[in-house]
Amino acid sequence: MTDVDDAITRAHHEEWARVVASLTRRFGDLDIAEDAAAEAFTIAVERWPLDGVPPNPGAWLTTTANRRAIDRIRRESKRDDKQKEAVALANIQGPDEPSLDRHSAIEDDRLRLLFTCCHPALAPEARIALTLRMVGGLTVPEIAKAFLVQETTMGQRITRAKNKIKAAHIPYRVPEAADLPERVSGVLAVLFLVFNEGYLSSGDHENPVRGDLTLEAIRLTRLVRALLPDDGEVAGLLALMLLIEARRTARVSATGELVRLDEQDRGSWDLALIAEGHALVRERLAVVAGGGPGPGRYQILAAINAVHTSVRDARDTDWSQIVALYDQMIRVDASPIIRLNRAIAVAELDGPEVALAEIDRLGLDDYHAFHATRADLLRRLGRSGESRAAYDRAIELAENAAEVALLTRRRDQLGRI
Amino acid sequence: MVQYLMSVWGSEEDLDKPFGGYESEEQMQASFAATGAFNQKLMDQGYFVFANGLDSPKTATVVDGMGDKPVYTDGPYTEAKEFIGGFWVIDVPNLDVALELAAEGSAACLGKVEVRPMHGAE
Repeated sequence: MTDVDDAITRAHHEEWARVVASLTRRFGDLDIAEDAAAEAFTIAVERWPLDGVPPNPGAWLTTTANRRAIDRIRRESKRDDKQKEAVALANIQGPDEPSLDRHSAIEDDRLRLLFTCCHPALAPEARIALTLRMVGGLTVPEIAKAFLVQETTMGQRITRAKNKIKAAHIPYRVPEAADLPERVSGVLAVLFLVFNEGYLSSGDHENPVRGDLTLEAIRLTRLVRALLPDDGEVAGLLALMLLIEARRTARVSATGELVRLDEQDRGSWDLALIAEGHALVRERLAVVAGGGPGPGRYQILAAINAVHTSVRDARDTDWSQIVALYDQMIRVDASPIIRLNRAIAVAELDGPEVALAEIDRLGLDDYHAFHATRADLLRRLGRSGESRAAYDRAIELAENAAEVALLTRRRDQLGRI
Repeated sequence: MVQYLMSVWGSEEDLDKPFGGYESEEQMQASFAATGAFNQKLMDQGYFVFANGLDSPKTATVVDGMGDKPVYTDGPYTEAKEFIGGFWVIDVPNLDVALELAAEGSAACLGKVEVRPMHGAE
């Protein structure tokens, strides 16, 4: 890769959301902002190798995109008041971005963009697609490929969402303080869904773990962290993602089988990511200890992952601390899935019999992990026949190819009776 | 400002029950009172355009005036199980305000509310 290619890639990562966000505010239209931003990057790809990389790539891209947007609005007869106003302003000032308090206004714009893309009035899959397109700068074919849907389907999903934002007047703003925690949690849910699709892909049988999606989710979460540095759940989600990502290469064996946490090659864990994740968890612990708000789900899940990643030997894991953290988690979210995960820790602390009694009450008959956990506990209790049946059910329900491979081997290791 | 239709949806079955889908006379009266208070709040905030409840879909007539002579058909346009029981038209700054009001309206009238933007000027 040449220096110019490198500069373009970097500019795309760093400036795309900024350009789209500032144009959306200026023209009041996501479509115009998206198209103009895409055009500006196309022009950069043509021009930078010839003219050299501009000293301030962000300003160059914003200016270029602004000019394209104004050209388009001038060409098209139909325009709303906000766009007329922007054109009138450009006629007086020139097409460049008005410069007053550029920095803070733009930081706000990216937050506005994020909250608009993750608005609760949009369908969850539309929020994901729109966020990856508008904030992440992924192309429609890239997003379609990531979620294994047809390009036309993904294109329509994004268009429909943009049309709804416009027609229903979803506001382009940061929510009011009273709604902020709820809306931030909506944004984080979108980012975690993107991460999870990468971390445990449900449909892609060739790539059980998808680093492109986990890294994109981490990049966007870092952006949210930069925009909302005091939000504990944002820090918690980033820490959680980093601590899971750190184990990515150890999670799938050379033969394509999922490797359980206690069997992973801990020497291949990414220590830099673990250190960063631990630092975030410590930061949050200090805030909570200092009388700050109690931790939410992501902070607690991050703390659980911090406990797992703090020992070099799985046998040294502090299971009592993990059970205590799950108890705390149940106070935030008493769902059966959380109770199932708690029971897995209980099995290490109090034995498989106690854990089995707990999970048999959960009623998670359609959830593969429930059957996989039962199968494992029954195996450890020497109840091979029941264990085999539970593995069969887990294999039937599991969607991830690497997980199916692991469960199949476990089942086939059981002796015939 | 944007106008939205907030329509309240209910089921045909509910309408035939003794208290029109409410659990009791008391609950029905309390809901009427809460809805009245909500309407008053909309007026005080300057968001109110119009609101009313609708009679049973059985009382509806469908008219097709596109031919030479109008054709009248007894009953609602669609044979759906769910129908609109009442509605508000509000005039508010954006969807966030509309959604917040719809949540209050839904809690007051004890029904699900659909929020739909109207075509029109800013």
